[in-house]
Amino acid sequence: MKLATKDLLRLATVGSVDDGKSTLIGRLLVDTRQLFDDQLDAVAAASEKRGVGDLDLSFVTDGLRAEREQGITIDVAYRYAATPTRKFIIADCPGHVQYTRNMATGASTADLALVVLNVAHGVKEQTRRHLCIAALLGVRSIIVAVNKMDEVNWSESAYIAILDELNTLAHELGFESVISIPVSALLGENVVERSSHLDWYDGPSVLQALEGSNAGSWSHAGSGARLPIQWVLRQNGGGRTYAGMVNGSTLREGDPVTLLPANIETTITSINSGSGPRHAATAGLSIDVGLADETDAGRGDLLATAPLPTVTKDFEATLCWFGEQPVRAGQRLRLKHTTKVTPARIRELSGVVDIETLRVVDGSQLATNDIGLVSIQTADALVVDDYRDNRVTGSFVLIDEVTNATVAAGMVGRASFL
Amino acid sequence: MTDHLDLLESHAIFILREVVAECEKPVLLFSGGKDSAVLLHLAAKAFAPQSLPFPVMHVDTGQNFPEVLEFRDQAVARHGARLVVASVQESIDRGRVADPGPLGPRNRLQTVTLLDAITEHGFDAAFGGARRDEDKARAKERILSFRDAFGQWDPRQQRPELWQLYQGRVNPGEHLRAFPLSDWTELDIWQYIEREEMALPAIYFAHERDVVRRDGMLLAVGPFVEPRSEEVVERLTVRFRTVGDANLTGAVLSSASTLAAIVDEIALANVSERGATRGDDKFSETAMEDRKREGYF
Repeated sequence: MKLATKDLLRLATVGSVDDGKSTLIGRLLVDTRQLFDDQLDAVAAASEKRGVGDLDLSFVTDGLRAEREQGITIDVAYRYAATPTRKFIIADCPGHVQYTRNMATGASTADLALVVLNVAHGVKEQTRRHLCIAALLGVRSIIVAVNKMDEVNWSESAYIAILDELNTLAHELGFESVISIPVSALLGENVVERSSHLDWYDGPSVLQALEGSNAGSWSHAGSGARLPIQWVLRQNGGGRTYAGMVNGSTLREGDPVTLLPANIETTITSINSGSGPRHAATAGLSIDVGLADETDAGRGDLLATAPLPTVTKDFEATLCWFGEQPVRAGQRLRLKHTTKVTPARIRELSGVVDIETLRVVDGSQLATNDIGLVSIQTADALVVDDYRDNRVTGSFVLIDEVTNATVAAGMVGRASFL
Repeated sequence: MTDHLDLLESHAIFILREVVAECEKPVLLFSGGKDSAVLLHLAAKAFAPQSLPFPVMHVDTGQNFPEVLEFRDQAVARHGARLVVASVQESIDRGRVADPGPLGPRNRLQTVTLLDAITEHGFDAAFGGARRDEDKARAKERILSFRDAFGQWDPRQQRPELWQLYQGRVNPGEHLRAFPLSDWTELDIWQYIEREEMALPAIYFAHERDVVRRDGMLLAVGPFVEPRSEEVVERLTVRFRTVGDANLTGAVLSSASTLAAIVDEIALANVSERGATRGDDKFSETAMEDRKREGYF
């Protein structure tokens, strides 16, 4: 038997605390038989020990001691699943506002967000915040599981009421694909199998929707080919190659490229990958390339095909601030963008996003978990694309100079809904 | 054509290069097991044709399977790597940890040996072959996982890790653990080993061996496992799914003697690799988290 390789979908759960994200993922994994016998036994034993019934499905992903004691998710759990048609990497994210930074961690590499809502509670502020962050991070497809349908007696009108509110928000945020599904994660209704309680619903189950989703891989982008240089490799007998991971469009042998920020034109003469020489490399492949001309390219430089990115020391960006202390204009930080680290400063704070209205309002500071529009000034020139064109060359993080903690996720440019 | 193994390989190589570029003095932790064998193989690819820009460190409990030590030395020689051995026996001799006796478990003692070696050599980053699908605490851990000046992991205060912007800056005395194989599953590891035609310790392949049944595991009779009076020694055809200390690692009944047969076996397994074979995970509900907090692998 030769196992076929399958198409991969990365998804992250989003939504407010206690709406049932972890229970839904637990149910999905159990009902698709992704758990080994000993793992299922361990979940059952932990449930009994804590007096929470025969099988607390949230314990499948809530693996930390504190999570099980408190019955909440603190940090992202990554689970790996495969069905006959697809492989999945599932990031089960925390809903609590205090752990928004961890939700952003999980969503930053996702193609699709699985939104979980409690049918009785509607769209809470934290749900709005998560959806807004997911949209900013470039997630274009969402599947909305309207959960706890058993608690409202499978009421179609309760489902429709929530859906109206959710669809308005999803439309404002510009999601391209929105599929909503009434479910009971606890009872396993409409998670893997279609529910018999919901005769008024004729759409897919959550699993069917996940298997059918065409959410693209996150590394596919609308820019030219980009190769941020990570490392210079000296070849036997002289000469150098330049190592990094391709993003944007495909890079090919013979492609004319520009070394930035130096702005030197040259040509790709060879491409080598983990499995040897190749003529072309798609996004997500680690390669090293030879160049036609002698250059002093090094880490932090970038090779690009047209249309070329922008070389800048001052640019507009959208920030999700995760620092424990509020930040104001003038703050000095360290910035990491592709393979380059440089001193940076928030030159101007031009607005703060009001999560309730999604309007940009005036503000003098960004508090923890705030989203703001800023101008960033850097000591060294960066080579950037707009985040909407390229999730690699359009993204950066800000780092506290004292603690080295990552305190912000940054996206070059401004999302269309802001 | 790019398949999922190419993407996993590329991601791991990206992480290896990123950490080496950002950290002053990395080290690669090497147990001789399949995951660290894959990690070493990827590290060699990441920096070829140059030699490895960091040493390889084995935390040696002194309770190894001989086949694993033999493989360790061959692998290190093949890659021209520099081997550092951090010895648990030396930690015992120097009074850093209590002596559990000649047959006592040394798994947890490794943490002290590991942290002492990191301090002594001044390593600021340690690559490990841990995977998120192995354990529920590992499922929560970042790819670059911060350790404080005491070597501790704080699962409530992990740094955000956005996109693939791995940032590895630490203050003196602190260090990072870096896990390039985080997103690989056990099946991915075996498919990759098969594709790359990699060498592995012989104990991974089916062979006949004397075993006793203890604590729900099949333990290999040898220098670190003496049959107890009530135990019956059986000669069975077995292989090992993981490699740990000889007195804590169980064998599984298997006739899989080739990589292809192992891939087939893993694809159909209904017990997890650690659940099937690891005594060190059975101490408590959160055995892995508790050890990781102290600074374990």
